[in-house]
Amino acid sequence: MRVSNPYLLHEAEIVERIDEVAGVFTLRLRFTDAAVRRTYGFQPGQFNMVYLYGVGEVAISIVSDPRDERLFDHTVRVVGRVTRGLAQLQAGDFIGIRGPFGRGWPLREAQGRDVLIVSGGLGCAPTVSVVNYVLNRRERYGRLIIMQGVKHANDLLWRERYSQWAQQPNTEVIIAADVGAALWPWHVGLVTDLFDGIHLNPANTVAMMCGPEGMMRAAVRRLSQSGMDETAIYLSMERNMQCAVGHCGHCQYGGKFVCKDGPVFSYPEIKELLGVKGF
Amino acid sequence: MPESPVKEAPSPRFLPRDRLPALLDSLRQAGYRCVGPQLKEGAIVYDELRSVADLPQGVHDRQSPGEYRIHRDNDQRYFAWANGPQALKPLLFAPRENLWRAERDDSGRIRFRETLPVVAPIAVIGARACDLAALRIQDKIFLQGAHPDPYYAARREGLFIVAVNCSHPAATCFCASTGDGPSATHSYDIVLGELDEGFVAAAGSAKGGAILDGIALAPATAKQRRAAKKQSERAAQAQTRTLPGRNLRDALFANLEHPRWGEVAGRCLSCGNCTSVCPTCFCHAENEQPCLDGTSSEHVREWDSCFTQGHSYIHGLTIRPDTRTRYRQWLTHKLGSWHDQFDSSGCVGCGRCITWCPVGIDITEEANAICGACG
Repeated sequence: MRVSNPYLLHEAEIVERIDEVAGVFTLRLRFTDAAVRRTYGFQPGQFNMVYLYGVGEVAISIVSDPRDERLFDHTVRVVGRVTRGLAQLQAGDFIGIRGPFGRGWPLREAQGRDVLIVSGGLGCAPTVSVVNYVLNRRERYGRLIIMQGVKHANDLLWRERYSQWAQQPNTEVIIAADVGAALWPWHVGLVTDLFDGIHLNPANTVAMMCGPEGMMRAAVRRLSQSGMDETAIYLSMERNMQCAVGHCGHCQYGGKFVCKDGPVFSYPEIKELLGVKGF
Repeated sequence: MPESPVKEAPSPRFLPRDRLPALLDSLRQAGYRCVGPQLKEGAIVYDELRSVADLPQGVHDRQSPGEYRIHRDNDQRYFAWANGPQALKPLLFAPRENLWRAERDDSGRIRFRETLPVVAPIAVIGARACDLAALRIQDKIFLQGAHPDPYYAARREGLFIVAVNCSHPAATCFCASTGDGPSATHSYDIVLGELDEGFVAAAGSAKGGAILDGIALAPATAKQRRAAKKQSERAAQAQTRTLPGRNLRDALFANLEHPRWGEVAGRCLSCGNCTSVCPTCFCHAENEQPCLDGTSSEHVREWDSCFTQGHSYIHGLTIRPDTRTRYRQWLTHKLGSWHDQFDSSGCVGCGRCITWCPVGIDITEEANAICGACG
């Protein structure tokens, strides 16, 4: 009954470290073992368990393009013991990685259709992988609409990237901050206020969202009102994760294990509990 | 696929009481370490069994919500009691164990070494039907998904089970209601039915058959077989507690705002005793323990509980900050969403959570209060 060990990590080297905004950084990583590099592959929306020596593991989504055979990237916000420690690391340091885990975004199902991305806060990290994926395969998808909400104008990651994305063919970028700042070129208010302006084709759009659950619920409501089918709305969920393989029990969301059944769910799969406090 | 021929179950044999040592000897000769029930610190627990003298002969229990008491008499029986606090769970899903070790050298390179348990095959004597039902559930959790757990697998592989049909259910037992007992029907190698003069013994596997063959027993008489069957029927009839149905999933999730959740939260201490004694609860936490040598660090897992604050913590937010949401999580999972995950209820009717709850909260009473009318 000898089975491969899903808990065992592989060593990875930090090839590059990029500071995004205060308290948010990106690690560009490479497995040190060539055999692991060869067999490793992932889908946008999946995550890795990232291990800091002597401190522990955290689940973090992969933001880079799966076609990059050289490196993979994690964008990390400093929120706890492990991420605070990871923030101290530099290029040339080593960490542990196991993965990828979970179910990613429905990028095959979305082919030939418009893609609407709604994200809030650092929720943009999992959805950035979708943006990159679509832009690198532009001819396979219709309109790309990127809607991003942040609490404060200063929280917006990748300002230049949003500007660049807005220049791409058939791509719209819509950004809102609850609290604006000087020279803030975008909307001040909730991102979900801006649905009316985008003139969706509800029958031919797939929505992918990530971020605070209140924001996602508001967005689902607006999209349903506009005539979008619930099965075309996908959400990436977040819960405490320790094992990543459905054994430790922490990420349960009703009958779902976010780590292995998600983190990306279609809305009908989780609507029973979305918004119910305590699940 | 051709249908496998229906095998006729070998007819039960009779193991006289004074020949029980021969069964243990035979298991030891086959390479097993024997583990069985014994009286320790006022409770019947599973521990290394050196001889039949360690078994709780003449020991009986009295259980009620929040209460467990032992008394003795001159009864010759070894298994005239209902389950104590432990199930088979600790033998397979260790309460605490190392998963791997990380070693870091001077240049900062990290090497990972798995620390799989080295386990001698164990024969456990006295397993009850409810615990076999729980074993089947834990096998499903740890072994039958996309990522089988190698630590559980290492212990499970060598396990030999001698089940004993339950003859003395406690007042807290309700396995007849969940359909999991009191007689063992699966997952055992040998099953025993204890009578005053000895045991009706039957094999449930080839391994079990070989062990029984080795101790040359006469067939059980029709009278002995009837007595054992009658005893099991009485054990089922003696149970008074029931759940309002075998699948309460929809009934529970239709009642998430029932006032009873707040009421039970007023009594519940959120201590986690119920999840510790539950034979199916599988939640565990992973923790890192840097070693004093300064060059290595161990990754440990230990049982966790959905009644702790940390269980639902996620960067600055606790999803279940109060006892109401934690008790609701436990019950809706155990009796409800468990069906979504594993195609069965997570409750096998052992009654341990009732007995070992310090304030005597009764899962059957709560389930009936919340979804009795609609279950």
